[in-house]
This record gives sequence, structure tokens and C-alpha cells, in this order.
Amino acid sequence: MTILPANTVFLVLLIPAGAAAVLAVLPGYRLSARLNVLASLLTLLSALLLFLGKPQPGAYLLVDDLNIVFIVLNTFVGFTTSVFSASYIAHELETGRLTPGHLRFYHAMYQAMMFGMNLALVANNIGLMWVAVELATLTTVLMVGIYRTPEAIEAAWKYFILGSVGIALALFGTILVYMAAQPVVGEGLDGMVWTVLIDHVAAFDPALLNLAFIFLLLGYGTKVGLAPLHAWLPDAHAEGPTPISAVLSGLLLNVALYAVLRFKMLLAAHPTAIAPGPLMAVMGLTSLLFAGLMLYRRRDIKRLFAYSSIEHMGIITFAFGMGGPLANFAGLLHMTMHSLTKSAIFFAVGHIAQVKGTQKIADIRGLTESHPVLGWGLVTGVVAIAGLPPLGVFMSEFLVVSSTFAREPLLAVPLVLGLLVAFGALLLRVQGLAFGEPTGSSAPIQASTVPMLGHLGLVLAAGVYLPPPLTAWFQHVAGLLG
Amino acid sequence: MNGLTFDVAHLLAGGLVLVSFMLLYQDRLYALLNVFAIHALVLSLSVAWQAFIQDAPHLYVTALIALLFKAIVIPVALHRIVARLGIHREIETVVGIGPTMLVGIGLVALSMVVMLRVTADADPLARQDLAFALSVLLLGLLMMVTRRNAVSQVIGFMSLEDGLVLAAAGAKGMPLVVEISVAFSILVAFIVIGVFLFRIRERFDTVDVHALDRFRGERL
Repeated sequence: MTILPANTVFLVLLIPAGAAAVLAVLPGYRLSARLNVLASLLTLLSALLLFLGKPQPGAYLLVDDLNIVFIVLNTFVGFTTSVFSASYIAHELETGRLTPGHLRFYHAMYQAMMFGMNLALVANNIGLMWVAVELATLTTVLMVGIYRTPEAIEAAWKYFILGSVGIALALFGTILVYMAAQPVVGEGLDGMVWTVLIDHVAAFDPALLNLAFIFLLLGYGTKVGLAPLHAWLPDAHAEGPTPISAVLSGLLLNVALYAVLRFKMLLAAHPTAIAPGPLMAVMGLTSLLFAGLMLYRRRDIKRLFAYSSIEHMGIITFAFGMGGPLANFAGLLHMTMHSLTKSAIFFAVGHIAQVKGTQKIADIRGLTESHPVLGWGLVTGVVAIAGLPPLGVFMSEFLVVSSTFAREPLLAVPLVLGLLVAFGALLLRVQGLAFGEPTGSSAPIQASTVPMLGHLGLVLAAGVYLPPPLTAWFQHVAGLLG
Repeated sequence: MNGLTFDVAHLLAGGLVLVSFMLLYQDRLYALLNVFAIHALVLSLSVAWQAFIQDAPHLYVTALIALLFKAIVIPVALHRIVARLGIHREIETVVGIGPTMLVGIGLVALSMVVMLRVTADADPLARQDLAFALSVLLLGLLMMVTRRNAVSQVIGFMSLEDGLVLAAAGAKGMPLVVEISVAFSILVAFIVIGVFLFRIRERFDTVDVHALDRFRGERL
């Protein structure tokens, strides 16, 4: 086994790492914002190159049909968010919320976070994957606290404490997996290489593996934002810069979920270990119902959509927990749609909060009149995320519900209930935000709405027509997930 | 000889659990920092012993890092921060010391029951080590939830990480992770000390996390 595959996969890691180093020393925010966009674009292109030829799995890195979906989604949303971020932070600088020094730090951290997330996605070594998730967590903690307001510091502190506890539990789970593997595959590096583990998992000690999965699910589940371990998520979303809310919701939650999925595949390949599905399904449903109810009492617009992210991560976890080709397909599709839609919503929310100077829902009214593009963009995003046709989220939610009805009709009742509760709350809120007498400033925004419109366009296109190659790819991956 | 190596490993890992209990009942910050230094010292001894019996030289590095950073540098640095910032020397607890200790005993019993049952076929040494490590981890968690001061929560988190290092050292031949996890725990400690405490100090007169609760965004 070669230590490292010399291939395009390096580019996906080296570009963000190099860019982070350059941005850390580069003064002048205009240049660094552009460089940030450029680096994100190059990372996206090199991620697309992975489709051309997948490198052989090495002891540390792995590219297979499963994680390529995650990598492309990750780098794509990373790129569009960097475009959004460029116009967002210019405004923050004008209003004096951030200084040029902060921005240098911010851009370097942005690329460091992209590096961490990409590394977590391509890691073949479960220890390396853990390190990468921790790196991504630490960089986002720093960015959540960047405004230095009391609220931001509290949010960052809470995120840091809960995230670290989660990550510590995940490391303990990782050590337990190694302990289970060690008698079978021998001591040393092989005991942590995922491709080796999956080949030999049938001979592992089931009791150890079960315990390991509990720790891993709780640990990485904290990062996914599953109830009751979600407490950090709304604060971190509300108090950090909006581009970070967009990447947190759209990407970091997916990365953590990806880690859970890898270990779920391990357990599923073992004949006598506990079935990981029901655990995930229960946590997913709990998150969905809990977040659905919590949506009603939100006064802060970013918190509202943070709870909506918990809700959707619940749905996705539930779908993967149900398992089977159809539910997995629905889960993958829903994950993609949620990432695109939620980041588009946060792009809109970021511009809205800047132009209105507030995040309080009660103080924002009549957006469709004062800012037609933003207002209707937000309405479209919310309609999409609430699961109305013809947008993409409707299709994936419909698939989740119908596959649940076909297999476990009783479980479909709380699922549909949760979806309806969340649907009601979102439409109620967006009505107040978008219509009525406009309040606050009606000054036109000086920012590009292209990232938001691009995402919404993709979601709409996916809802209307999903290209057959994409469907085939998702079906193939869903089959792999078991 | 085999009996002796086992007994010493057992003694050191058990000692770590004991020091974790000592962390739980400290009510003065300086005392807490001193006990944490002992915690790290016991950890480094334990890891060094594992390095000796497993004949794994890289674990000596881990032991040395634990000794230098966790037992010396971080406690000294925290001492200075506490002194310079004029943080309250008393530790405010959410729950009384008595109930906390009882819960701690319960958690240790739980981890023994769970780990020893689950790892019935594993190497006895690794098995004991893992059970102790889980106890230390859970006690660290307990400390984090029952304390209000940011500094004592950081100590709780670092004692939790000590448990993880113990587990990783006990797992025979575990690659990479020992070094990486130690490097990360140092990074974490630096970030916490450097960024958060100073930022908190910039805005508040206290490093008591409870005081931060007043600023919750949702509360009107």
C-alpha cells in the first residue's frame, strides 16, 4: 500500500492550505477577498477533476463514489459563499463592525476551515478524519467570536465547549474502533484505515463496535446538531458573520454527518452488531419534532433559520437511519438540496440584516416592496425549505415520506407531523418579513445577489428536472450506503 | 514480572481517576490548578509506563509533552492569568460538592460495568486502561457541567482530554493519534487561554460564564 496517492486529491487540500497561509500575511482586504474567491474556485475545479480519475485509496486519503458527492457539494458552496462573503464583509468594514486586521484573520480562517472540511471528507484514516473535524470546529469557533460582542463571545464559548465535548466523545469512539480492529488486522496503521476496516469488519468484536458507535454517534451527532445535543447551533449561527452561518449550515453539518455515515457503513457490514439505523432514525425524528416546535418562538431571523437547519439535519439523519436504496437516495438528495437552499437563505438574510441594521424579525417588514430581489429571493428560499413544490426540497422530502410510509407507516406519522409543524412556522414568519408596510432603510443593496439566485436556480432546476446521470449516481451511492 | 508491570499500570491509571475526583471537590482556583498539574503528572507517568511495557518509544514523547505542557506550562500560565485578571478565587458550583461526588462515583461505576463487560475478550491491561480512561473522561465532563467559571471549565476539558490520551496510550500500537491528539489539546488550550479569556476580559469584569448568560440574544 502506498502511503499517499499522488493525484488531484492533493489539490483539493493544498489549495486551501496554501491560500490560508498566504491570506494570513496579506494586508488589504480587497485583494484578500478576491484571492479568497479565487482559491475557492480553484478548489472547486480540482474537486471536479476528481470525477475524471479517482486515485487509488492510500493509507491516509480516499476518494470513492460516496465522498466525491460531499466534496463537490462542499467546494461548490464554499466557492459561492466566498463570493457572497466578499460583498458582505466590505459592508461590515464600512459600518465599523470589523477592522482590516480582523478581515485578514477571517480570510485565513475561511480557507483553513475549507481545508479542514475537505480533509475530513477525503480522509481514509479515522484518526485523520477526527483531527480534520476538530480543525474545522476550531476555525469556526474563532470566526463565530469575531465580532467580540458579549453575545458573540458567549456563542463562541458555548460552541467551543459543546463542540469539544462532542469531539472528545468521537475520539473515544475512534479509539474503541481501533481496539475492536486490533486483534483482527494487527497493530499499527492498518487498524485505523477505513478501507481495511470495512474489509475485515465481520470478524470484529461486536460489543466493542456497538459501544464505539454510540460514542461516535453522540460525538459527531453533536456536530451535526441533533437534539438534544444541538444547544450550540442556534447561538453560533446567530452571532457569527452571516457567511459563516451559511457554511456552518450548508457544509459543516454535512461533514459531521458524513463521519457518522462512514461508521454506520462499518456497523452495517457486521453481521451481529446492533443495527445503527434505528438509533439514527430516533435521533433524527427527535430533532425534527423539537426544532419544528422551536421555530414558532424565534425573534431573531438567523436563529429562526438555524433551528430550521436542525430540523432538516433531523430529516436527513432519519432518512439515512431508515436505510435502503430509496431512503438513502432521498437522504442524499435532501442533503444536497438543503445545503443549497439554506446557504441561499443565509445569503439573503445577510444582505437583509445589513441593509435594515437589525436581525429582529419584528423589525423587518415588507421586504418584497423595499428590496424586490432580496425579498422574493427570501420568499422563494423559505418556500423551498418549507418543502413546497416545484422546488427540489419538496421532491426529497416527498421521497423520505413515501419511503417511510412504504416500510414503517407508524413512523411516518411523527415525520409528517414534524414537517407540517415546521412548514406552518416558516410560512407564518416569512409572511411578516416579506409583505406589509416596509420598515427601516429602503436603500438599495450594493452587493451581488448572484450567489443567492444561482443556488435558488439550481434548487428549482433540480425540483423540475433531475438529470439522469445525477440520478444514476445518487442511486449508486445510495446502494453503497446499505 | 508480568504481574508487576500490570500492577504498576493499574496503579497509575487508578491514580488518575483518584486525582480526577480531587479536581471535583476543589473550591479555590489556585488549588484547582495545582491539582490539575498533579493530574497531568500522573498521566505522563502512566503514559511513560505504557511506553516502557509496550516498548513503544513514541509514547515517551507523548509523556514528555504531557509533563511539560499540561503539568507545567499551562498551570503556570493559568496562574498568571488568574492573578493578572483578578478573577474571583472561589469556584462557583452549580450543584453542591457532595452530590457531585456521588454522581462521580456513579459515573465511575457505570464506566467499569460498561467497559469491563464489553471488552471481556480483550487484553486485560488494555481493558483496565480503557475502563479507567472512560471514568476520567466522564468525570471531566461532570466537572464541566457543574462549574460556572470559564477557567474551571477549561480545566475540566483538559482533564477530559487526559482521559483520552490514557485510552489512546493503552490501545496497543495505536498509530499517529497520540501525537496528534496531544498537539491538538495544546492548541485547544492555547486558543482558550489566549483568545477567549482575554476577550472575555475585554468586555466583562468576570470570567464567570454565568455572567455571560445575561447577554443571551433571545432574552428581551
